[in-house]
Amino acid sequence: MKEKKPIRIPMPLRYGINLALILALWGTFAALIGQGAITNYWSGILIMVGINIILAVSLNIATGYLGQLPLGHAGFMAVGAYAGGIFLKSTPVADLLKAGNEAACLPYVIGALVLSAVVAGIFGLIIGIPALRLRGDYLAIITLGFGEIIRVALTNIDSLLGFKFTYGAAGLKRIPKFSGFHLVFICVVLSCTLIHMIMKSRHGRAILSIRENEIAAESVGINTTYYKTMAFVVSAMLAGIAGCLYAGYLGSLYPATFKFMKSIEILVMVVLGGMGSMLGSILSAAALTILPELLRSVADYRMVAYSLALVLMMIFRPKGLLGSYDFSMSRVLEKGINGLRGVNTGKGGGAQ
Amino acid sequence: MISCLEGHGYTDAGGSIPSPRVFQKARFPLHSGHPMGIPRLRPGDGHRMFAASSKKRETREEVTAQMDLSLIFSQIINGLQTGSVYALVALGYSMVYGIILLLNFAHGDIIMVGAYTAFYAIASFHLHPLASVLLAVLVSTVLGVAIEKVAYTPLRSAPRLSLLITAIGISFLLENGAQLLFGADTKSMDTIVTGNAALLGANVSYAALLTIAVSVVAMLALTFLVQKTKLGKAMRAVSEDMGAAQLMGISLNRTISFTFAVGSALAGIGSILYLCAYPQASPTMGSMLGLKAFVAAVLGGIGSIPGAMIGGFVIGLLEAMVSAAGLSVWKDGAVFAILIVVLLVKPTGILGRQITEKV
Repeated sequence: MKEKKPIRIPMPLRYGINLALILALWGTFAALIGQGAITNYWSGILIMVGINIILAVSLNIATGYLGQLPLGHAGFMAVGAYAGGIFLKSTPVADLLKAGNEAACLPYVIGALVLSAVVAGIFGLIIGIPALRLRGDYLAIITLGFGEIIRVALTNIDSLLGFKFTYGAAGLKRIPKFSGFHLVFICVVLSCTLIHMIMKSRHGRAILSIRENEIAAESVGINTTYYKTMAFVVSAMLAGIAGCLYAGYLGSLYPATFKFMKSIEILVMVVLGGMGSMLGSILSAAALTILPELLRSVADYRMVAYSLALVLMMIFRPKGLLGSYDFSMSRVLEKGINGLRGVNTGKGGGAQ
Repeated sequence: MISCLEGHGYTDAGGSIPSPRVFQKARFPLHSGHPMGIPRLRPGDGHRMFAASSKKRETREEVTAQMDLSLIFSQIINGLQTGSVYALVALGYSMVYGIILLLNFAHGDIIMVGAYTAFYAIASFHLHPLASVLLAVLVSTVLGVAIEKVAYTPLRSAPRLSLLITAIGISFLLENGAQLLFGADTKSMDTIVTGNAALLGANVSYAALLTIAVSVVAMLALTFLVQKTKLGKAMRAVSEDMGAAQLMGISLNRTISFTFAVGSALAGIGSILYLCAYPQASPTMGSMLGLKAFVAAVLGGIGSIPGAMIGGFVIGLLEAMVSAAGLSVWKDGAVFAILIVVLLVKPTGILGRQITEKV
């Protein structure tokens, strides 16, 4: 009896399959929006879903993969949002959008996104280097402190500078509304791809090893400080991009939006989905954005339900809904093909 | 002279404790010079000052200096008043952290529940103030123990991260539950303690004196409890080494519950003192108060009881000083900046013990 080898889909093809899936998803949504099946109201919610997905997957780097608990994610989002918003207000994007010349805005928008990422990344570095010297609870508290300081500073910095910069508690208004569905979709895909590629590389493995056992990781020669800081900065940068998209979606920013509460909301998304699972973060971010819209009549109970879900989840299923499971289309295909051929693949061909 | 300043203060709302009776609007109202009482020099002053400083001028300066002293004194009293509330709350944080290494985020919200209890007992049910105070302390204590039993006990062997997230969840559950039950608006009530006393030329409210006195008594009682009684000994043993304490026949569950009960009772007292200073209750009042009390606990050295007291007073005085300097909007920022500096320079706090990590 000749033993059949299980088929393994080769690497370029795997990327091809993922690309096809993404294009199909994008095509579906684009067609639905184009035909008017998705109303303006719902495409707005889709944009919020996208922004929340970026926030959740970016926090997931620090929480799920690195195993730390930063509580100041809203601070990075705020920094990115204000950086992007202030930059775009100083450019002619508003007039260009009014004239309907969207293509001409693109360089400015990309510039704003990059600027947001860089500024948030710098803040991530400034905060991360001291914060990551601490562990566990202390790290949570110090990031919480930094997040609050960022908010206090955004509220009061105008009086210190002597000119209008963030417009304080009154809010930064009339930011050009550039965030459309396509832009947000591309950003989501790019962030997820970036995280996926980092996590599959040696850098990602190093980050995971720090989560599993920091002392052991250090003893095999992993520069834990470097990798912790790197994960933290990447997390902050993506949060900054999400903030910039948020600014471009709402058109006005208030420091009160970025309270401690916002950080917790993002954390709930990550924890519910499963710390360390990108699919979990994506699904729970989408669900937790769409559900409140569907359940508007019981909106008062939303936060109560959130917090209850958090507590119950920790008591009964501390790993989150999906645990650290991640979806891979290629793996499903491999399983299907090998199943048809009657080959036992054992633990599948997937990476994780 | 101070009486003209009455009626100011209470200018900022929100979760934090506003320094009671801080003369924010009418700071140094009688002269526009340097806050410390050095008169501002005007062109030509030099001549006059050196040539013939008139008697009139001298007396004015004297009065100004006196004024400033009394102002500084009343600021210190304000700082001590807020500081004692922080210290009481910080004690709860510190004790719980010392025993199960948990940052009890819900601790601040226990204060909120205590404040609402007192508010409804006085405003709706017209109970005697003393009875309402006891009721508030009782409710806080029961709530603290209930939270420990329901949420923290099942997770005692779980990773620290899970425990921390649970604590955050409980905190938000209490906040949002209160918002549903009592409404999001701020409930104002009459002050519990009224009247002022003249002390060293400054007008000090009885509420401030009472707050400081009560907190000092509470801390002395707590020190006695922890150092001299059997339960206190058990608490210290459990915080030293949980496993060994269990082997020596100490009931872990009872000791931990007792710790939560004491911490929550202190939070209940803290809530009453908070109401003395600032007679309002709102669903989110506990979060910022709790965070700042936590900063106080970290500053003093978490797990250390005298440390929590020192930390509380330092934070309270710091806030009063920042407000006195006219930077009250940066108050919260200053507190967190202190936290960051402490964590970076001496993570164990002023009186904390060095913990070495084992593999």
